[in-house]
Amino acid sequence: MKLWIAMLIMALTTYLIRSIPLVFFRKEVKNRFAKGILHYIPYACLTSMTIPAIFYATGAQTGAAFATAASLHAFIAAGVGFIVALIMGWNKKSLPIVALFACLAVLIADRLLILL
Amino acid sequence: MSNDNTEQQSAKSSDSALFAKKEFRRGTIDGLPIVAGYFAVSFSFGILARSTGIDAFIAALISFTNVTSAGQFAGLGLIAEGGMYIELFLTQLVINLRYSLMSLSLTQKLGKEFGTARRLIIAYANTDEIFAVASSQKGNVSFPYMLGLEIFPILGWTAGTFAGAVAAGALPGFIVSALSVALYAMFVAIVVPPAREDKGIMAVALIAMAFSLAFYYLPVLSEIGSGFRIIICTLIASALGAAFFPVKEEPENDRKDSLDGISESEVSV
Repeated sequence: MKLWIAMLIMALTTYLIRSIPLVFFRKEVKNRFAKGILHYIPYACLTSMTIPAIFYATGAQTGAAFATAASLHAFIAAGVGFIVALIMGWNKKSLPIVALFACLAVLIADRLLILL
Repeated sequence: MSNDNTEQQSAKSSDSALFAKKEFRRGTIDGLPIVAGYFAVSFSFGILARSTGIDAFIAALISFTNVTSAGQFAGLGLIAEGGMYIELFLTQLVINLRYSLMSLSLTQKLGKEFGTARRLIIAYANTDEIFAVASSQKGNVSFPYMLGLEIFPILGWTAGTFAGAVAAGALPGFIVSALSVALYAMFVAIVVPPAREDKGIMAVALIAMAFSLAFYYLPVLSEIGSGFRIIICTLIASALGAAFFPVKEEPENDRKDSLDGISESEVSV
């Protein structure tokens, strides 16, 4: 892919998705099934983006997370971050706070694992 | 008589200028926590962008032109792994489809002052957080309020990306890897609280998780690119959710309106 074309596609698609309903729709969606899908899309989408990707965010090898000690180490540290985010999310902490503590948890887990 | 009119009009316009200023300021203040959060989270987007070889200026430009975490994030992944344009387009479409729902919902809070031009302007940064703040306002929102609410978070999002991309080279590896979970942690924090309250959302999240894991690890299925994987899992999980956990019916007093809507749509079909 050419970078500038990719950027153009991203920007235009995102903007049109936001602007078309604002400009053209004045009525509420009535169909219950369509309403349900629209209602659930954010949660379905964010979940499939997060899992399992979060476990590989810190450098674990895709498809072979346990192959090397470094990869396993990264996988576990990311897992600790995920659990902290889950617990804090469950307790309804704000987004930046959850993000901050998840990062700190990964940092601490990573440093502790090095000591082992 | 014409004099009276002009006086009235000038009084009216200075009143409305004052009102606009106040509303703009109120929007700005309501947006400050969003600015802080965006700066922090987009910082990690900048780091991630650097790690895929995109330079700081381009990364900031992506943030400035998109103003969306999940979409940019998936887009970055596809650019890095060399996906297809159509995959990129569909990924943006599905991941960002939620914004059309938010825009749809936001239309209910816009008064007559919102012509097409103003709608086109505020559409630009109708993000999850800005939408959440705008829809928590009592009654309609004003145009200057929306401007104040949107401008500084856009700048924070862009500046954070740039700072993260510039700092990426200077930060030690273990810090960079810790920061790279920030965006995902934010996604968790968006999904988990409502899932705790709502069985439907919980079910949708669990279904999406199960399918995503299957598509990631099972033979054949794992050949599918990450963009399509997200699209397929999102559609399956939200359709199952809509089928088995339908959204609640509207309150009684809206009943007549919705019946009118049905008969109208039947006529038009």
